[in-house]
Amino acid sequence: MTENIKRLSRDALAERVARDIPEGAYVNLGIGAPTRVANYLPADREIFLQSENGLLGMGPAPASGDEDPELINAGKEPVTLLEGGAFFHHGDSFAMMRGGHLDICVLGAFQVSTTGDLANWHTGAPDAIPAVGGAMDLAIGAKQVFVMMDLLTKTGESKLVRRCTYPLTGIGCVDRIYSDLAVIDLGPGGPEVVEMVEGLDLETLRAMTGVDLQLKEVRR
Amino acid sequence: MISKIVDSVAAAVEGMGDGATVMIGGFGTAGMPAALVDGLIAGGARDLVVVNNNAGNGETGLAALLKARRVRKIICSFPRQADSYVFDALYRAGEIELELVPQGNLACRIEAAGAGLGAIFTPTGYGTLLAEGKETRIIDGRPYVLEMPIHADFALIKCHRADRWGNLTYRKTARNFGPIMARAARTTIAQADRIVELGELDPESIVTPGIFVKRVVHVAGAESLAQAA
Repeated sequence: MTENIKRLSRDALAERVARDIPEGAYVNLGIGAPTRVANYLPADREIFLQSENGLLGMGPAPASGDEDPELINAGKEPVTLLEGGAFFHHGDSFAMMRGGHLDICVLGAFQVSTTGDLANWHTGAPDAIPAVGGAMDLAIGAKQVFVMMDLLTKTGESKLVRRCTYPLTGIGCVDRIYSDLAVIDLGPGGPEVVEMVEGLDLETLRAMTGVDLQLKEVRR
Repeated sequence: MISKIVDSVAAAVEGMGDGATVMIGGFGTAGMPAALVDGLIAGGARDLVVVNNNAGNGETGLAALLKARRVRKIICSFPRQADSYVFDALYRAGEIELELVPQGNLACRIEAAGAGLGAIFTPTGYGTLLAEGKETRIIDGRPYVLEMPIHADFALIKCHRADRWGNLTYRKTARNFGPIMARAARTTIAQADRIVELGELDPESIVTPGIFVKRVVHVAGAESLAQAA
């Protein structure tokens, strides 16, 4: 049955996340796949992108030759500043996160638990060099935390789990998962499927994840 | 007449001795005071504790300091990067101690030191490996972790413009940790892209007032290099 499932590509998923970001939102996009969301933000909405290294009103990558080594994003790639944008120091930047001033952050994940615990900074492998950056601050600070990930690992294990086995980034912090297979809300009522991709049904999704998913409101 | 401006990098880093705790500004290479770090290497100080967001890029700046085996311990949030191979090798060989700190906790611990606070309760990291063994408290229903301030003997930072009183402005995202590190160290040393006359900096736009700065040295920066190109 699974051969009929129309999984979303990385770009289609980024476009899907972008659709849910409203006008006026202050948003931090994590390093990696979440950065792609910026490419799909509707042009008719004013949305403020924050970067942890001290800018608000982040614009797209500059034209080749216009890069400035002192104007970069959290991934240390060259970016631009929109008209009305601002620079600030790290104390202010993390006050924006920790102080609950950011409306949305979009993060990647190794695992998310059904109660919204997030694991995305460390595999726990003994030879791994741990690096956390701003992940823990974003996870507990933003008003809404969206996770963007493939629902299954390359070997087919669910990344939505009852209990994370990887080291945690934050407890009970994830509000919604945007995955290649489904959008899932994590609320007090447990995980609820907001939408599924074409060719997928709830029973198959339950079997894939091993999680007792309920339907919230299916909009296909 | 007060002048905090010194005429060489060597004079700027004078007195930086063995065992010092040194904050180094920068996020990646943006805001990294590379000339001051080179001066620190040339000065020969060993057994240093370094505070930076990262653990060096390539083989310049902080990475060069690590490569010269001058650093006993690094306090940072994100050591692992595509080009952090100098740190990676030292860490894997067990030749450097790492204190990993969530980036916002790194910032607020530095801010606490500069503001004279004894410690801070922060929500970041609660329930994670990075809060293990630390005191926690529920305040208004929300869990917090007690984190200690990070003081430093020296802060090495990069600024855009500076005057002889040590007032500083920054350029774009090179600001990052500069202003908060400047407040947290006993001796803050700034390398400035440009030195301007007293009064030239708009008082409304000064980011770091001179009270936080001990020495300033002129080092041509990204802006002048870009103009020269």
